[in-house]
Amino acid sequence: MPFIPHTPDDVAQMLEAIGAKKVEDLFDEIPKDLRIESLAGIPDALNEMQIGRLMSARAAQDGTPLNFIGAGAYEHHIPSAVWAVTTRGEFYSAYTPYQAEASQGTLQLIYEYQTMISSLTGMEVSNASMYDGGSAVAEAALMAIRAHRKSRSQRVLVPTTLHPNYRRTAVATTGGQGVRFEEVACPKGVLSVADLAKYQGEDIAALVIQQPNFFGVLEDVDALTDWAHANNIMVIASVNPTSLGILKPPGEWGAKGADIACGDCQPLGVPLSSGGPYAGFLTTRMEFVRQMPGRIVGRTVDTNGKQGFALTLQAREQHIRRGKATSNICTNQGLLVTAATIYLSLIGPEGLARVANECHRNTQELVGALTRVKGVKLAFEKPRFHEAVLLLDRPVAPVLAELARRGIVGGFDLSNDYPELGNALLVCATETRTAADIKAYADALAETLKAAVRAA
Amino acid sequence: MAMLKHPEKIIFEYSRPKRGAYGQWPTEEGTPNAVASDIPENLRRRKAPLLPEVSELEVVRHFTKLSQLNFSIDTHFYPLGSCTMKYNPKACNQYAMLPGFLNRHPLAPESTGQGFLACMYELQEMLKEVTGMQGVALSPMAGAHGEFAGVAMIRAYHRARGDLARNEIIVPVAAHGTNPATATMCGCVVKEIPVNDDGDIDVEALRAAVGPNTAGIMLTNPSTCGVFERRIREVAKIVHDAGGLLYYDGANLNAILGKVRPGDMGFDVIHMNLHKTFSTPHGGGGPGAGAVGVGARLLPFMPIPVVGKEGDKYRWLAEKDLPQSIGRLSAFMGNAGVLLRAYIYMRMLGREGMHRVGEFATLNANYLMARLARAGFDPAYPGRRASHEFIITAKRQARDLGVSAMDIAKRLLDYGFHAPTTYFPLLVPECLLIEPTETESKEALDGFIDAMVAILKEAEAQADLVTSAPHTMTVRRLDDVRAARQLDLTWKPAAA
Repeated sequence: MPFIPHTPDDVAQMLEAIGAKKVEDLFDEIPKDLRIESLAGIPDALNEMQIGRLMSARAAQDGTPLNFIGAGAYEHHIPSAVWAVTTRGEFYSAYTPYQAEASQGTLQLIYEYQTMISSLTGMEVSNASMYDGGSAVAEAALMAIRAHRKSRSQRVLVPTTLHPNYRRTAVATTGGQGVRFEEVACPKGVLSVADLAKYQGEDIAALVIQQPNFFGVLEDVDALTDWAHANNIMVIASVNPTSLGILKPPGEWGAKGADIACGDCQPLGVPLSSGGPYAGFLTTRMEFVRQMPGRIVGRTVDTNGKQGFALTLQAREQHIRRGKATSNICTNQGLLVTAATIYLSLIGPEGLARVANECHRNTQELVGALTRVKGVKLAFEKPRFHEAVLLLDRPVAPVLAELARRGIVGGFDLSNDYPELGNALLVCATETRTAADIKAYADALAETLKAAVRAA
Repeated sequence: MAMLKHPEKIIFEYSRPKRGAYGQWPTEEGTPNAVASDIPENLRRRKAPLLPEVSELEVVRHFTKLSQLNFSIDTHFYPLGSCTMKYNPKACNQYAMLPGFLNRHPLAPESTGQGFLACMYELQEMLKEVTGMQGVALSPMAGAHGEFAGVAMIRAYHRARGDLARNEIIVPVAAHGTNPATATMCGCVVKEIPVNDDGDIDVEALRAAVGPNTAGIMLTNPSTCGVFERRIREVAKIVHDAGGLLYYDGANLNAILGKVRPGDMGFDVIHMNLHKTFSTPHGGGGPGAGAVGVGARLLPFMPIPVVGKEGDKYRWLAEKDLPQSIGRLSAFMGNAGVLLRAYIYMRMLGREGMHRVGEFATLNANYLMARLARAGFDPAYPGRRASHEFIITAKRQARDLGVSAMDIAKRLLDYGFHAPTTYFPLLVPECLLIEPTETESKEALDGFIDAMVAILKEAEAQADLVTSAPHTMTVRRLDDVRAARQLDLTWKPAAA
């Protein structure tokens, strides 16, 4: 029996100890008419050799196309050591560290993670993770509403330059509590203080600013943060952690800094893996720590005065506070925090800046190569980081379909989320793309567009 | 496995300027690393972040040492009630981490993801079959996230019918804390009802609690008391007759897998903790996966995306296909890699394996309960069958010997066993909630019983040995009060 160690002899001895004749008797409290006899819809068992064959075939079917999509999930180099250590059974198969004495490894790792991600975002404290970058925005909005000292408003301003799926996740997660997300249109590809003018003096809890924004364009974060604070609005920063190797951390935006920073740890050693598991991060200033959702680890001492680590401020959490908790989150994304912490340790401060610079350089080269193709131009002539919007002279979807046939995943089609932009395509080249990769894309795009002209 | 006795330094204490894992950098050390001139000065970082500067070996050794400070399923028996700490088969990890799966971008065209989508579609179908539900959505990323999806669907259902007053969620006092916290997050009001002395919910109290404001009830069955809710049919009728819906918290699904299905019991919506029942790893706190299953009434409200099949092609169903959906709960499609692991596990168990999970989990729990009762421990519900877990109350030991449930739990660590869940559910005093799972051998269970017997003897002869435990871990009991009062949440370099 796969994964069940019992011998017939074991079963007999155990039933005797229980005083039951057969295993079936142990279910005699379940009403008979509710019992099922067979699960016809479940296939026969596969042994490991057979499942290995099946999964290898399915994975091979998906191939490994050359990827130029970012849009919130980025293909970076992942050092071998990250997953070699992360998948050690002692991390992989451990539970939430509630029994602190038997979980010091996980607890210390989270403490180290909190240190790294707080510093990276320029904040003072971090929790131990949210589900992903989208849920982190939702929780940050709820937190800002709780933490706001001078307003009871449930209005949150979100520019359309925030990732559309982050916006959708935030709306779906917070709508039940009456939170109202108001979208601020950004026709020029950035959020400007002018776009916000109509909200001047209104009672609003928070403004979300994504940096770099969904289009890869850099927002004027200092001016936006100062405008929000002058209007008694808290600032939530949604940031890409790789970019923080070279970009100003949210804690230093404007005169006072953002109030909450969040985002996704995926770029830090986590594979794309069709969208998950990733890990959301959420950091803030010490003054708001008691409004944070999720687990937090603190350093303390044991009865002998020796250093140790434990979950702390648990009175915020659901297992203590139940209906009055700051969030319902329990299970988080611990193993991905493990991967991110190992990644940041390996890459270091200079390495992270090098990764960021190399991504930016590659994306600039990609933009250069693709805009030299006839029928392609750049959408926003503005400072950017590591991602850009291109405009094609025809609908994007058929072009992407043809590129996919050529083994190239050519970017993210923006026409569903931003029809006002026309035939817009979001592209990205991280440090993993070579000059040859970029040339291969540019050549394939040129051929695709030319062929389409001929066909027309 | 022997625990490492000495503590491990904080990684920053290894850090030295000009040290690094240079082989991981995209550009060579010593080459220029200036920020491109097109990035405006005022948007640049001025001060480097506090990240360690360490060699690759130092990183590997440090984190390997940290791992050795943990108990885990791979190293220890982990009878944590309500958590289903069963073996996580290595094949599930290995085959979920094939390059074709790992390198796939979530927004890549469906044509380049047919292998992955086929696994997801079949997972949906298998989960429908084992739970008796009509539809399954995979995107919720944890149990509480699935709960959120479930209660949000209940709210959406009532609202779509114009039944706007229904905002009360009924929850038994023994429920997981996530149940009332979720109801609050969905904008509902929580109404708690008591549990009888035999562990079943108080049906008369339920009858009195339901009414025109009832949105639904959240139940775990078998309950967190470790017993099957025998009057579940009656409970379902009371709630449905009042116009409410039934939510099934799947935390304890392992107990009944292949034996009885939530859909047949009358539940309208359910979440499954794939990281419990379907053996994906707990990862030191996550990631989980909290897939939701729904009955016919809630099908239009499922969270998106869901995998659909047309002919022999698979595709995502999203806003256009499910316009009444409660929406997106994640940036992409949830914890895809976790879902792959659950799929592999279910295929390896197969039809017969599903039935065996419930059977052997229940056999192990009842064996442990019977042996511990005979050894002098008090089951909280002695007249009842254990489900896949059961409660021992140490109320008598606390009163007579001054040894609490927490003391017993901590002393178990010295014997090389992870502690059971303590002080949950809150209604049982000095509670130890014990769940052995089906993957543990009789010898492992016997070893645990021997340790419990030895601890009881110690408690009688030399209680302070137990009350001051653990003695063999890297640290002794930690000062939680200090941790909360003198907050030290990040490492800071010593002042120069």
